Amino acid sequence: MLLIECPHCGPRAEIEFRYSGEAHMVRPAAAAACDDATWAAYLYLRDNVRGEHAERWRHTHGCGQFFNVVRDTLTDRVVTTYPAGHARSAAGGEI
Amino acid sequence: MSVFRTAGGDAIDRSRTISFSFDGTRIEGHPGDTIASALLANGVHLMGRSFKYHRPRGVLGAGTEEPNALVGVTRGPGRFEPNQRATLVPITDGMVVESQNRSPSLARDIGAVNDLLSAFIPAGFYYKTFMWPRSFWAKVYEPVIRRAAGLGRPPEVTDPDRYAQRWAHCETLVVGAGPAGLAAALAAADAGGRVILCDEGETIGGRLRDMPRATIDGLTAGKWIVQARTRLENAGVRLLTRTTAYHYGIGNLVTLAQRCTDAGGARTRERQWMVRAGRVIIAIGSIERPIVFPNNDRPGVMLASAAAGFLHRYGVLVGRHIVIATQHDSAYRTAIDLAGAGAAVTLVDRRARPAADLGEACSAAGVTVITGHIPIDTRGRLRVSKVAIAPAPDAAHRWLPCDALLMAGGWTPSVHLHSQSGGKVAWDAQSAAFLPGTTLAAQVSAGTCRGRVTLADCLADGWTAGGGNGASAPAADDRTDTGMSPAEPDAHPEGARRKAFVDFQNDVTAKDIRLAVREGFRSVEHLKRYTTNGMATDQGRTSNINALAIAAQAMGQTIPGTGLTTFRAPYSPTTFGTMTGFTRGRLFDPVRTTPMHARAVAAGAVFEDVGQWKRARFFPRPGEDMHAATARECISVREAVGLFDASTLGKIEVVGPDAAAFLDLLYAGRLSTLAVGRCRYALMLREDGFIADDGVIARLATDRFHVTTTSGGAASVLNVMEDFRQTEWPDLRVWLTSTTEQWAVAGVTGPRARNVLAALVEGVDLSSDAFPHMAVRQGRIAGVPVRIFRVSFTGETGYEINVPARHALPVWDAVAAAVAAAGGGLYGTEAAHVLRAEKGYIIVGQETDGTATPDDVGLGKMVAATKPDFVGKRSLMRAAMRDPDRKQLVALLTADRSLLDEGTQVVDPASPRQSLGHVSSTYPSVTLGRPFALAMVHGGRSLLGTKLAVATAAGPVAVDVVDPVLYDPSGARLDV
Repeated sequence: MLLIECPHCGPRAEIEFRYSGEAHMVRPAAAAACDDATWAAYLYLRDNVRGEHAERWRHTHGCGQFFNVVRDTLTDRVVTTYPAGHARSAAGGEI
Repeated sequence: MSVFRTAGGDAIDRSRTISFSFDGTRIEGHPGDTIASALLANGVHLMGRSFKYHRPRGVLGAGTEEPNALVGVTRGPGRFEPNQRATLVPITDGMVVESQNRSPSLARDIGAVNDLLSAFIPAGFYYKTFMWPRSFWAKVYEPVIRRAAGLGRPPEVTDPDRYAQRWAHCETLVVGAGPAGLAAALAAADAGGRVILCDEGETIGGRLRDMPRATIDGLTAGKWIVQARTRLENAGVRLLTRTTAYHYGIGNLVTLAQRCTDAGGARTRERQWMVRAGRVIIAIGSIERPIVFPNNDRPGVMLASAAAGFLHRYGVLVGRHIVIATQHDSAYRTAIDLAGAGAAVTLVDRRARPAADLGEACSAAGVTVITGHIPIDTRGRLRVSKVAIAPAPDAAHRWLPCDALLMAGGWTPSVHLHSQSGGKVAWDAQSAAFLPGTTLAAQVSAGTCRGRVTLADCLADGWTAGGGNGASAPAADDRTDTGMSPAEPDAHPEGARRKAFVDFQNDVTAKDIRLAVREGFRSVEHLKRYTTNGMATDQGRTSNINALAIAAQAMGQTIPGTGLTTFRAPYSPTTFGTMTGFTRGRLFDPVRTTPMHARAVAAGAVFEDVGQWKRARFFPRPGEDMHAATARECISVREAVGLFDASTLGKIEVVGPDAAAFLDLLYAGRLSTLAVGRCRYALMLREDGFIADDGVIARLATDRFHVTTTSGGAASVLNVMEDFRQTEWPDLRVWLTSTTEQWAVAGVTGPRARNVLAALVEGVDLSSDAFPHMAVRQGRIAGVPVRIFRVSFTGETGYEINVPARHALPVWDAVAAAVAAAGGGLYGTEAAHVLRAEKGYIIVGQETDGTATPDDVGLGKMVAATKPDFVGKRSLMRAAMRDPDRKQLVALLTADRSLLDEGTQVVDPASPRQSLGHVSSTYPSVTLGRPFALAMVHGGRSLLGTKLAVATAAGPVAVDVVDPVLYDPSGARLDV
């Protein structure tokens, strides 16, 4: 069971959280105007990374906040966590 | 006392004698004895029959590695457990023990015929034999195999004992309280922080308990263990004995199974600890290997370490005339100890020239040493009586009489937990063993489990691992006979015709492994599954390395080149009780009930599970089945008035200056134009355009909405709302609060609903002008403030009265009395479903299946397409979402007035193999006077008025395709 550092509450057991898919998927700004390929990519295309993967988690049984986790899919280790809305590059390292 | 008991034994209480029964025979022992030690003390070696060939077996080991002596144990009424290792179960007075896998008795077992037929049941026997004829499988092969397979019989009654679970956190977890583990825990305790030390044994000390003549820091091993315990307890270390670390998970979460008491009853029998450790020190030791040679499995043939354990812990000699077969040094200590306890001991060493000092020590102790010989065969039906030794398997042999034969085939470091932590193992040529390699987990192995050999090395290794300064480590005298030398796993040469066992529990022989290699199996994982080597409950503790050596030899490869199978949790057999803990019976899953639940129970409701909710499905009167009760309840609603508990509906209060803008983005409809005091049915879509949920949304103030969701969708709708609020539109000023549990809901519906409310409600004008359909008002009933929604899920005039949950009962009782006085009554979810279906109202998850758009279910007008954006809008713009041939909601009426089955396929009678859609809901209807169904049919709206068919088991049934609104299409009854 993962130990996840919630950016708001600190380290908590995985059972308090809910996984919410790949992070940094940007919803097209003018959704109604974008072409089918752009929309389909937003809806369905995900990276399936072998290695460090940025993903969204929600601290469902805690503060209720969505935030981002970088997890290594090879080792299942949490590399770093950071609040939603923060850029991945800026987050590397300590919280 | 029994003839095989010596003066030693640190585990038993000689002052008391207790007894248990083994296959009906009364056996005496001392408190502290295991079943195995008590039986051996009485000279009983025959403890079981092997799995496949039903060969007589005794103990092989003295602990968790035991593959043979599996027994069924009855500890009292309802407390029977099969497959218990006799080497681990402490005896209690009156305990009933039975052997397994034999009929009619252990000594005369009819299944032993398999041993004679063994030429016909080689490796992969099942796969080869039961292929043909196919028709034999279900009636002949499977029943026979099922009877023959498996170990002991399963318990027949519910486990009456209590099991617990708890979390623990510590800076250091030490697994194993042998020399290395104790030294590690002492050092870690000195360094500070929380320390937990666990060991699967009855007490601490591990293999140190089998070294009575070793000294540490000037104390004998026994005294040093006592001192170490005191120091650890004084330092606040949590000492958990009888506790097995069985799973090493991600994030340094190690799961322990603690056997709290063997008695059960009111006390917790077992407890699962989930320990989150800053670092883990693995000191789980090593396990001795047998030597693979023909007939190496007779009762009385066991590991040398097992004999040492029985001698030093329980004061039991495993025989009077003992032969020890070895290929390394560690067995010499055991030989000398056994001789010292009074046995005649002959040591047979494969090496031509063992160390001279060992030979001298043996001479001094009266142990006969024969060098340059190996065991090649044994005799003795129910107990070994002699062993043949020779310089080589095909050389001239001679027989040595014996009543016990000990095997010292080398030691296998236990790398299970290291491997489970995600660590790699690496072959170490010097120790001829797989040792812990790299790992990413915060753990380190110490002691013999990472190839340390001598006692002094183990103590120093543990001490350093625990954070101690190497110079201050406990100092042991490093006598040769306290060490254990490595040995190459024994690859027995080709050609033996008799059975040389590798895996004792699954009856896998060296020949089976070579056969599998010849048949083309190369991967160790395939070899394992094909031969079943290592797949028994002992997980190959004593067999994996020997099997690997034989396979490597057969393939002409090295052992590391052949590879190692994966180590998986649990480390040793663990009860379901431990893993289940409290979560059984009533506590298995939370049960949610509404505030009016007791009233439904009193009214005789039959409940159905909707998620975790208990919902009243119908209220049968004497003699009524579900259909009869539901029909009566439907008539009551259509002709008078019905009362329905709708409390399970999800409710979310959406508040804030941007609440309306937020709901415009989340729902397909337009909520910003909703007037205060009005409500609107709304659909929530997913981004892919398909219906996710539906509900009624009421506007209580400009900045306050009362949103309802489906009963099952409440949590997921709130999750989606929070997701968009937090991450997509964080600039919107809106707050979300779940109020599902805070509001109880009484639904009153039917032509007399308004009259019922008129007598109850204060402060609300119920006239249709003042309080029209799809409006919301706040008033009081029985003095309690209520929110009343004028909505309908039945097609009749309806009101949903929202009451603060803690005041629900007086309001419910007042409403129920008024409903009854008006000639109505309670109705359940079954009637609710019929009533809504007659009106063509969908249930999300019933008519929709995650691929239905609003237009598919006839709700296209609920989409405010002119809004610039909302969740799902872009997807609805795709051409495929407007295809006229999509599945669309229709109603079906069977020509023969039969009731269809839900999920059956709708077909064109002309081409009945082609599905046109499926039946989504189907009910008998007392209102319509006939059964009817709702269905999702391709191009359904263009097929209205045509005839199709529905495929049933009895053949196609003709149906008329009609509009889904079968009752009151004009909606006149919504305002009666």
